[in-house]
Amino acid sequence: MNNFDSTPVEKSERIGRLVKHLFHKMPEIEAARAELITESYKASEGLPETMRKALAFDHILENLPIIIRPEELIVGSTTIAPRGCQTYPEFSYEWLEAEFDTVEHRSADPFYISEETKKRLKAVNPYWKGKTTSELAKSYMAPETLRAMEHNVFTPGNYYYNGVGHVNVHYDRVINEGLRGIMAQTTSALLKLKVCDPEYGNKKRFLEAVLISCNAVIKYAHRYAELAKEEAAKESDAKRKQELLKIAEVCSNVPENPARSFQEACQAFWFVQQTMQIESSGHSISPGRFDQYMYPYYEKDIRNGVITRFQAQELIDCVWVKLNDLNKCRDAVSAEGFAGYSLFQNLIVGGQTPDGKDATNDLSFMCLDATKHVFLPQPSISIRVWNGSAKELLIRAAEVTRTGIGFPAYYNDEIIIPSMESRGIPAEKARNYCIIGCVEPHVPGEEDGWHDAAFFNMARPLEMVFKNGYENGEEASIHTGDIGSFKTYEDFKAAYKKQMDYNIALLVNADNSIDKAHMERSPLPFESALIDDCIEKGMPLQSGGAKYNFTGPQGFGIANVADSLYAIKKLVFEEKRFTLTELAKALEMNFGKGFDVITAKETAEQVARKVAADGGEVTPDLISNAVSAVLNMELPAEEKQRYEEIWQMIDDLPKYGNDVDEVDEIAREAAYFYTRPLPNYKNPRGGIFQAGLYPVSANVPLGGQTGATPDGRLAHTPVADGVSPTNGKDLHGPTASCNSVAKLDHADASNGTLFNMKMHPTAMSGEKGLENFVSLVRGFFDQKGMHMQFNVVDKETLLDAQKHPEKYQGLVVRVAGYSALFTTLSKSLQDDIIRRTAQGQYR
Amino acid sequence: MFMNYLDVKGRIFDIQRYSIHDGVGIRTIVFLKGCALRCRWCCNPESQRYDIETMMVNGRPKVYGQDITVREVMETVKRDMPYYSRSDGGLTLSGGESLLQIDFAEALLRAGKDLGVNTALESMGYAKYSDIQRILPYLDTYLMDIKHMNPEKHKEWCGKENTPMVENAMKIARSGQVKLIIRVPVVPGFNDTEEEIAAIAHYASTLPGVNEIDLLPYHSFGEGKYTGLNRPYPMGNALPPTQEKMLRLKAAAERGTGLYCQIGG
Repeated sequence: MNNFDSTPVEKSERIGRLVKHLFHKMPEIEAARAELITESYKASEGLPETMRKALAFDHILENLPIIIRPEELIVGSTTIAPRGCQTYPEFSYEWLEAEFDTVEHRSADPFYISEETKKRLKAVNPYWKGKTTSELAKSYMAPETLRAMEHNVFTPGNYYYNGVGHVNVHYDRVINEGLRGIMAQTTSALLKLKVCDPEYGNKKRFLEAVLISCNAVIKYAHRYAELAKEEAAKESDAKRKQELLKIAEVCSNVPENPARSFQEACQAFWFVQQTMQIESSGHSISPGRFDQYMYPYYEKDIRNGVITRFQAQELIDCVWVKLNDLNKCRDAVSAEGFAGYSLFQNLIVGGQTPDGKDATNDLSFMCLDATKHVFLPQPSISIRVWNGSAKELLIRAAEVTRTGIGFPAYYNDEIIIPSMESRGIPAEKARNYCIIGCVEPHVPGEEDGWHDAAFFNMARPLEMVFKNGYENGEEASIHTGDIGSFKTYEDFKAAYKKQMDYNIALLVNADNSIDKAHMERSPLPFESALIDDCIEKGMPLQSGGAKYNFTGPQGFGIANVADSLYAIKKLVFEEKRFTLTELAKALEMNFGKGFDVITAKETAEQVARKVAADGGEVTPDLISNAVSAVLNMELPAEEKQRYEEIWQMIDDLPKYGNDVDEVDEIAREAAYFYTRPLPNYKNPRGGIFQAGLYPVSANVPLGGQTGATPDGRLAHTPVADGVSPTNGKDLHGPTASCNSVAKLDHADASNGTLFNMKMHPTAMSGEKGLENFVSLVRGFFDQKGMHMQFNVVDKETLLDAQKHPEKYQGLVVRVAGYSALFTTLSKSLQDDIIRRTAQGQYR
Repeated sequence: MFMNYLDVKGRIFDIQRYSIHDGVGIRTIVFLKGCALRCRWCCNPESQRYDIETMMVNGRPKVYGQDITVREVMETVKRDMPYYSRSDGGLTLSGGESLLQIDFAEALLRAGKDLGVNTALESMGYAKYSDIQRILPYLDTYLMDIKHMNPEKHKEWCGKENTPMVENAMKIARSGQVKLIIRVPVVPGFNDTEEEIAAIAHYASTLPGVNEIDLLPYHSFGEGKYTGLNRPYPMGNALPPTQEKMLRLKAAAERGTGLYCQIGG
């Protein structure tokens, strides 16, 4: 007998209308918050930073315009415009001013901004000159760190320009005890303070700031209660009038007091989720184990007949819609790295209870169904899988995957829990883990994981070996010797390790500089109030108040490094088909396959610099001549042919992703080059660094800054994402690809790994399709894989695969009673499958 | 001294992993080379001749046919053990007609059983029954093709009469050693009428223990391969049967036979 009811509940018609309203116009930037924080900061100069933050938070929540959107049941909007965003000049603002006129028309995540808003922002932004976290951070960085960043070895862009976010807080405590409960704890901590404590002043001010901040959120909820009452008075529709009166009642009770119903629990959750993102601009503030902490309220209301399952599902769906109402405008470059307006609010269902039993309940199913109902990118829904997972839940998850939405992501308890334990987390806490943002395991309510601390491009140190640390005529990294000087594969590998170690140390310097800047300029009292042990320690999260502290920068490009090292080992040192010097030249010449605009631009810049340095005049003619010279450059035929031969030899080698042990062993080693040094470094909050292996979508833009690599990858094309094989190089189907990935040491990347797999909906058709899909995930997890997500491809992808078969060689589709690699099918059959996909016949 | 069965050599033309639509669970299919028939609609023309041959694939020549030991095949098969155990899947032999390499087929299935995985065979039953008897102890599921009940028409479209195969089906069924499933490729102009399908279904229903018949709609997946082998495509522009037709044929197969009929494998 199951202890859950998995019967699907019908979607309320309201949800479709809420979604439609949310998307009826393009997202917009608003100025209110920037004005309010500036006003408050001008008035609080000289006060301690924690206090200034609290006062500003209070001032913002007191005055930010509020709105109840049509038909909403869960209320609280950060902007008047649906899916709008506020700005956060205290972290950085210059990029936005620079992009005022382009932000509306850029390709990734455009935002509308009115002339009026531009004017208002321009009026307040100058106050922040010299006061932002990013300026302070930069001033703390070593010169060689800045140089490595200029050369795109890594980018710590996320927290450099924005708030940190990336936490899961005690939603459960706010729901169960109310903010009053947290304030009572704070008051008692204040009373316990000893006047002789050397930190008395800091602690007292911080705790007072916590009280102000909690109170600010209570007052904000009361504003919504008033507004709901006012709107109810004006409402002619009797049903809606009742709903508004209910909202008023709910908002006057929560989050101040303990929730009395499932609706109050949902609303309390939402106010926490929303106001935390008003306090700072951090993304990936993740709801975590929503099915666990909400369950008692659901269960009680259902048992007492207070609500029906239909009403409960409707409330969950409403929360899902609200999660999409929050938005964030990033700078143009970051927007490409995080494409899709995503706030990465990760919400995870299933898994184990702290005492190691299966945690599946009714809400686990209803959360998955909510994603199907709302069909929007938020929350980033995830599922924890362990040996005792309810099969029904996995099948339901597979059904969501089959819709093509790209969710849920699957996580393996059996490797994540031991991995967290290896970093000092006790078993019962590790069993209660949730996921932050993309893939980062986290202790709910007790950790400051700084999870998304940087993107480190593992292919760049490899390039540095070939260039001996010089780039565009400048010194860009350490010198590991002339490329011709390596006598053995081991010599070459040692040089790569040196380049990695050197740049990893600089990455640590960058992150710690930014960490310090947040500690000093951006303590967040509200967020801190909801994470243990900030109140007990009397210390903001940003100073190390959390029980567990980490910094988790992520590396990517393992597949490229692994395939490159294998090619060098095999072709240069074992078979002696070409020399490293020859390979270096082939890379520089992009394997004779022509140069793209980026190379032309780089060369033109180099020429311009040189001309300017020699005192010459840089004219448009000079630039355009340089560009066309590069683009039209003709190599001598013989030379070109040799480079192509080299490329062909490399292309013919087996690659990572095909279950070939010799190559996969190298991939494992390549990952260690990144994961192993990091835990030796400390952050300023008293924690250590831990590696992640995932790219968000940065592998595309950062690949654009990477020259050709010895795995045959051409200049400026994307670098491989996460731990996945290079696109189109896994030729033996999903199981072979999974086996390769499983050979990496995922536990060592305790900040998370990401494995992307492409699937065609026909490969998941029918009940049997779902079951085999679940077996695939389970088979991968049995071999200690950590994470898996599926890109169920659509018609457009298949059309692209027809045009560029080389990119899609591993794509499996179901043909007629069997599956095949799409690119091997005849054109007419491909067309047929494309038609089928379009018709959704096999869903 | 007998040769270790793992050292038995045979000729294959492909090993396909993650096959999820033939038999139970996630499977690995080993395709044995060489066939007794020459069915006009065959979608794997590279399987027909025993000789190693070259076919053009996406503009590049690729060699089909490889002599390999059972041990070597199992090296690949073993790699997907975690998926077989999670899905009750396993090893499938296909062809060609695997029974033409009976020593090899027997050894492969035996090795599959040594691994403890589910074993299946896709075959027309074109062999002496004494040969078939050798493999039955190592086989869980026999997916047997019966394409037509009329020997002449069978000969005309497939190159040989079907009488021995139809008789073998009965012997296999009577042995009670395997789960026998009858599969019928539905080919336009050959057997795509309700009468012809009903005749096959009727015979299938007389086979003891058989309760399932699968109708596999004709498709033109193989067309490109004929070009690659520089052979004319015998089916010309024949169109796959429509879904409506398949449903009518399914009804015809189920009518009065008590069989469960599935469209597709």
